[in-house]
Amino acid sequence: MATSLTVDRRAFLKTGAAVGTGLLVGFHLPAFGASGEEQEKKKPNPLNAWVHITQDNHVSLILGKSEMGQGIMTALPMILAEELSLDWNKVKIEQAPTNPAIYDHGTGGSGSIAGSYLPMRQAGAAAREMLISAAAARWNVNRDTCKAVDGGVLHGARKNFLTYGELAEDAAKLPIPDFNAVPLKNSDDFTIVGHDKKRYEGSAKTTGKAKFGIDSRMPGMQYAVIARCPIFGGKVKSFDATKAKAVRGVQDVITIDPVGEGAFSAGGVVVLADNSWAAMQGRKALEITWDEGPHAAESSEWLRNQFLENASKPGKVVRNDGDADAAITAAAKKVEVTYEFPFAAHATMEPMNCTVHIRPDGAEAWVPTQAPQWAQDIIVGISKLPRESVIVHTTLMGGGFGRRYMGDFVMEAAQISKVTGKPVQVLWTREDDMQHDFYRPASYHKLAGAIDAQGGLAAWKHFQTSTSIDAMWSKDGESHAENSEFATALFIPYATPNYRVEYTLAKSGVPRAWWRSVEHSSSGFIVECFVDELAAAAGADPYEFRMKLIGDDRKIPDFTNPKQGKPLDTARLKGVLKLAAEKGDWGKAVPKGMGRGIAAYFSFESYTACVADVSVKNGTVKVHRLAYAVDCGRPINPEGIRAQVESAAIYGLSASLHDAITIKGGRVVQGNFNDYQMPRIADTPKTEVHVVLSKEEPTGIGEPGLPVVTASVCNAIYALTKKRIHRLPIRKEDLA
Amino acid sequence: MAVTFTLNGKAETVEVDPQMPLLWVLRDTLNMTGTKFGCGMALCGACTVHINGEATRSCITPISAVAGKNVTTIEGLSTDGSHPVQQAWMEEDVPQCGYCQSGQIMSAVALLKKKPKPTDSDIDDFMSGNICRCGTYQRIRKAIHRAADLQSAKPKSA
Repeated sequence: MATSLTVDRRAFLKTGAAVGTGLLVGFHLPAFGASGEEQEKKKPNPLNAWVHITQDNHVSLILGKSEMGQGIMTALPMILAEELSLDWNKVKIEQAPTNPAIYDHGTGGSGSIAGSYLPMRQAGAAAREMLISAAAARWNVNRDTCKAVDGGVLHGARKNFLTYGELAEDAAKLPIPDFNAVPLKNSDDFTIVGHDKKRYEGSAKTTGKAKFGIDSRMPGMQYAVIARCPIFGGKVKSFDATKAKAVRGVQDVITIDPVGEGAFSAGGVVVLADNSWAAMQGRKALEITWDEGPHAAESSEWLRNQFLENASKPGKVVRNDGDADAAITAAAKKVEVTYEFPFAAHATMEPMNCTVHIRPDGAEAWVPTQAPQWAQDIIVGISKLPRESVIVHTTLMGGGFGRRYMGDFVMEAAQISKVTGKPVQVLWTREDDMQHDFYRPASYHKLAGAIDAQGGLAAWKHFQTSTSIDAMWSKDGESHAENSEFATALFIPYATPNYRVEYTLAKSGVPRAWWRSVEHSSSGFIVECFVDELAAAAGADPYEFRMKLIGDDRKIPDFTNPKQGKPLDTARLKGVLKLAAEKGDWGKAVPKGMGRGIAAYFSFESYTACVADVSVKNGTVKVHRLAYAVDCGRPINPEGIRAQVESAAIYGLSASLHDAITIKGGRVVQGNFNDYQMPRIADTPKTEVHVVLSKEEPTGIGEPGLPVVTASVCNAIYALTKKRIHRLPIRKEDLA
Repeated sequence: MAVTFTLNGKAETVEVDPQMPLLWVLRDTLNMTGTKFGCGMALCGACTVHINGEATRSCITPISAVAGKNVTTIEGLSTDGSHPVQQAWMEEDVPQCGYCQSGQIMSAVALLKKKPKPTDSDIDDFMSGNICRCGTYQRIRKAIHRAADLQSAKPKSA
């Protein structure tokens, strides 16, 4: 929601952003998620984004979103530039430092476009109207005869033209119009939105000029590498730093305490040095005895046994329509299977890091973060400085995928700088990153379903036990752990009168949080593989079966969030299913030695479908082609949409075709890319993305490509081999 | 112990632990942060530079081994992004997060020096050491073919 408060330019200047004179219109991008909304109820913030037009005609869009490769720092400005009728090539985009007076919301959940589309348009339109008014006054003409075009205002009859720069000072004296009443451009006239645009920071990323968090440098900065207990929940018992201190470049060795709730940082022994490598070498020379803590016996096997025990009993009922058990018992055709998912690591290419300087009079930080406000909260908490004195700069980041929403690496840096009083960069090695992640939860599922006499879905029963994310954070999260573990699996589009879902929380000391597509990474697989198994039981074509079960056009309420969640529009789901089938040659001959599979799913308010062509040789799966159809509402930057789907496909396949994160002795076994393998260029399928030219409200696309990819691949494996995959990652022995 | 080498055409002398990998000399001693740290074990390719024209993982190359040699980093390909590989990368809109891209580009430049018209199989082999978590591989492949076209169209410099 945007407001029409007059901008306090002096307040903006206080935050440290460099501005010239001219027109500055502030507006408000809505808070993300429930916690953001809670915060806004307590203390509403009017402004967290600005359009700035200087007298020498430079136009900047200043906002605090995190650019992690998903392209929103290109797509959001496109929306504003459209309404403001700018020359796209002349728009400059700047990262807003975290304004201490404002609660910023963070970037994630594929929510930026959906949340910001209207406010961006309103802000652009408001600025445009002010500039038109200024021009009309200057020429002494009726403003209805003036038109905004190409970064200026044109007066048709007299062919006068003034640039926005020339009008900026005058416009700045006018009151900002009511955002809710300002006229928006007719979407038929869009020349920027809906057209392919290259990312604005592409040049910097091909020349080595782009600065990531790890590239931050401050005068006098120390590099810190931390020895953390490899066992989750463990801590330092004693240590000897004599040899570490003797390493050339090492300046000091200190300790920081583990922090429990919130940031969940592990604490440990900190080696401070004048360069990264010396800090790493210093850490190798530390001699540490650990207090192993309560989780030293945890292992993947132990966890699986817990899953199996949970699965042998009924769970907490989450949904119960009709009587699924009775329907399954009575059915002639039924299917009962289990599905298993391991922990998955984020493995961003840039390991975790944070650069902070806490001084007596203020603090400044450079953080590759998806949650700059939380980073600021953490530094305020540690430094005890007034919030207005703590400036957080959000840097570019080498991958986010949800990992950089966490505050642990910020906590560590803040703890260190508070003690030393010096600038510090906490640098994680790849091993640190892989072994101290917040993993995608491990889970175990039992599915049972039945086909009725008409070939429809008589019953669908889904039991899940998992190491819930919500249970990490609070007792309340524990008691409602099922809330964030199902998503669309709680309101499948396949009509059935008997639908039962149950959940049991499994205990684990392994940290968990949001991994690209979160619970959809398992739900998408389960729903789309299980419906495929039911299709086979019914003797039906997988595409036809889905279309039949989805049935008529209807809107299915979001069972997890009926009031605020967008309903599943079956017409749109059928739309992508049909388009993917068409573009993926469904029903046509499959190349020799290959199988073809299909999947379609609703996540993050968007619709995605995928047809995969796959071969299997000596137990090794090769994905040859992925034909995607995606509907994320009105496309803002089709080029960006295609890139995000290509990206999500590879990310999803990395967790399905390669290694799992396993636990032994309360610690993660894997450490680097030799034992947590990644897909390489040779593994890349030919990926085509067909974007539906929808006129619906724009929705997200960073994550929705993921939930369908592994299901379509496994359904293709079945088509070729008649073998079903019931546990991920896919193992050779399961294809033998 | 002082080590002297040529970096992007200029002589550099550094006084560091002779075992310090070239990656950290570049990033921390010389503040050339275009070359990235991804794994420290030559498994990911983010640290790829050229030493005497050969693609090399700088994270496992001790600085002592670089003495007297020519090092080229991403910053040395051009002053303005005009290298044909960089141009092709822009045309195909390759980068997403961008962190692996310095290494990808340096590997691609080295590949094209060896094989001006690489096949898809050549690309598979030569680029297999460069990981991209954002999955830009399809575009990298296209950009390498495009760069090959751009380079063959370019007149050879004197």
